[in-house]
Amino acid sequence: MSQAVLENETAPAARMDLLRFATAGSVDDGKSTLIGRLLYDTKTIFADQLEAVEAASASRGDEYTNLALLTDGLRAEREQGITIDVAYRYFATPRRKFIIADTPGHIQYTRNMVTGASTADLALILVDARKGLVEQSRRHAFLTSLLRVPHLVLCINKMDLVDWDKAVYDRIADEFTSFAAKLEIGDLTIIPVSALNGDNIASRSENSPWYDGPSLLHHLEHVHIASDRNLVDVRFPVQYVIRPQSTTVTDYRGYAGQVASGVLKPGDEVLVLPSGLTSTIASIDTADGPVGEAFPPMSVTVRLNDEIDISRGDLICRPHNAPAVAQDIEAMVCWMDETAPLRVGGKYAIKHTTRTARTVVRGLQYRLDVNTLHRDEQAGELQLNEIGRVRLRTTVPLLADEYRRNRTTGGFILIDESTNRTVGAGMIIEAQ
Amino acid sequence: MSQAKPYRVSHLDALEAESIFVMREVMAEFERPVLLFSGGKDSIVMLRLAEKAFAPARIPFPVMHVDTGHNFPEVLEYRDTRVATLGLNLVVASVQEAIDSGHVRELPDGTRNRIQTPVLLAAVEKYRFDALFGGARRDEEKARAKERMFSFRDEFGQWDPKNQRPELWSLYNGRHHPGESIRVFPLSNWTELDVWHYIAKEQIPLPSIYYAHDREVVERGGMFYAVNEFIRLKDGETSEVRRVRYRTVGDASQTAAVLSEADTVDKVIDEVAATRITERGATRGDDKVSEAAMEDRKREGYF
Repeated sequence: MSQAVLENETAPAARMDLLRFATAGSVDDGKSTLIGRLLYDTKTIFADQLEAVEAASASRGDEYTNLALLTDGLRAEREQGITIDVAYRYFATPRRKFIIADTPGHIQYTRNMVTGASTADLALILVDARKGLVEQSRRHAFLTSLLRVPHLVLCINKMDLVDWDKAVYDRIADEFTSFAAKLEIGDLTIIPVSALNGDNIASRSENSPWYDGPSLLHHLEHVHIASDRNLVDVRFPVQYVIRPQSTTVTDYRGYAGQVASGVLKPGDEVLVLPSGLTSTIASIDTADGPVGEAFPPMSVTVRLNDEIDISRGDLICRPHNAPAVAQDIEAMVCWMDETAPLRVGGKYAIKHTTRTARTVVRGLQYRLDVNTLHRDEQAGELQLNEIGRVRLRTTVPLLADEYRRNRTTGGFILIDESTNRTVGAGMIIEAQ
Repeated sequence: MSQAKPYRVSHLDALEAESIFVMREVMAEFERPVLLFSGGKDSIVMLRLAEKAFAPARIPFPVMHVDTGHNFPEVLEYRDTRVATLGLNLVVASVQEAIDSGHVRELPDGTRNRIQTPVLLAAVEKYRFDALFGGARRDEEKARAKERMFSFRDEFGQWDPKNQRPELWSLYNGRHHPGESIRVFPLSNWTELDVWHYIAKEQIPLPSIYYAHDREVVERGGMFYAVNEFIRLKDGETSEVRRVRYRTVGDASQTAAVLSEADTVDKVIDEVAATRITERGATRGDDKVSEAAMEDRKREGYF
């Protein structure tokens, strides 16, 4: 995989990397306009899409081309004027390809934002300069920190409507910074913008001479994400065992999976969980041939020097750096089911890395008010979009890390066993 | 930059790794997957990813072609060669046979895009497929932008956009009841340009119609349709030979070509990077019917 890239070094595509970001906010904040502006300024909106939006705007009687219509995809949404789901958008510059998880701002918003943020390298929050921080801005910031999104950008939008007043920017920036200090937010950038006019979006604006930071696009292109990966703790959840039934390839037994964290090399001594057996890596295979090392997010096939019984759901790590082998899990859980709440005593299926087990809710320590961060210790259940600290007991051990250390081996979903719906998302605090 | 280089991952590598992960996940959690293979470039890329996901073993599932009977001969030839090379089992779900047996009825306008759906669903039932890999991408169309990687369908194959499972991290919930199936879109996060960059990087051969060639075409509503057994000249129309290529390959009676001089993969990449019209907008008569054409077809059980 990586060899092919090196040979092809001259092609621009080979030098681009990938940044995933989540946007949050309501229509009023100008989120759709901002996304429309990013797509427009990077020449991602196509002529036929723009024509369709112009026609739709005209038929609705909008005074200007309503870029929000670009992101409202479904008939039900257009008819009801709402956004019902996470929409994914794509654009690229010569440096990077971007995937936007665009999450809507109405009541189902926590579920959607948690979904979008779970895979994001960066979260983008918008506030209206005239209104300053609102309850929703704080909620966005809290969820960004809960989901451990490494980078946060606050865009103070509609600066044109406050005459590019530096004092307005300073006041909102100060207030947000002091709120963010209570959360765990690694990297915060605050940018004054006008999404409608394109100020500080693709290039620095002359309207804000007092602002010496980057434009939004420049920041998105240059924010350093390579170090966000955990390259220390080797975690390789086994996804699938490859055993060719063929006369040309015999005795091949490879463990296929995607590297969750750490760097694996042939010759490394490894520990296999939950069996506790050890071996060494014989080779790391890809369809393009063996590789000298594997690191996240590569999908590879690992072969070991000893015959050990390994199956899907097992995990390969290093002998002196292993996750917990745990049946008692403490976690923050975001509830996503509108049909029934999470209750103490409730039983669910739990999917964690490539392992699926059953679990029972042993306790609900508190429900968290995502607006005030107040902990309600009397709460007896979690309703849709509510978040709480939960104690779980699983039928078989999970091979788990704290979510703060590892987003892949620290996250799980809960599944209703009768409807098969995904009903909860969990972030592990402690596993034993 | 130089220190970080050993652990660098290009966007194409990241997309490939994600697609391979998704395919392995489906293989591990479903009994009878099948890969929908039209001979179009997206399904060709998907087939390459399947090769890579299970190497050195063979691709562990069959491929299925929903054959409208309106084919480009170059594409059928490509399909048969590719399937033979990889040693795969090919299932052909034939719209023509379904018409002949009275299972579906030909539409008055002769187009077959819509009547593919019941033929597809009948094949799913006959072979009891529970997971169908499709090559759709979210950048193609507005309804697809909101569809999940694992797209659940009820026993009638219908999509309910309001009732989708949240997909967090890389935890895909594949649990299903007997008789239910999913459509899986491993290329969800790829764009048209990503697909072409990958074709270049992997040196994947394509049917010749993807590259510029001279063809007798007729212009209709700004689109250039090949004149052949499926598309005949109407009164007052004239045909001409133009240099064209296809951006998508669908039903031959519905898919238009674009004017192009791009006869190599690098030239196609340059053209795709510069184009100002979406792939489906430029080439698909079927999507122009209404703003919600794709959403409606998906609700009926379309890909």
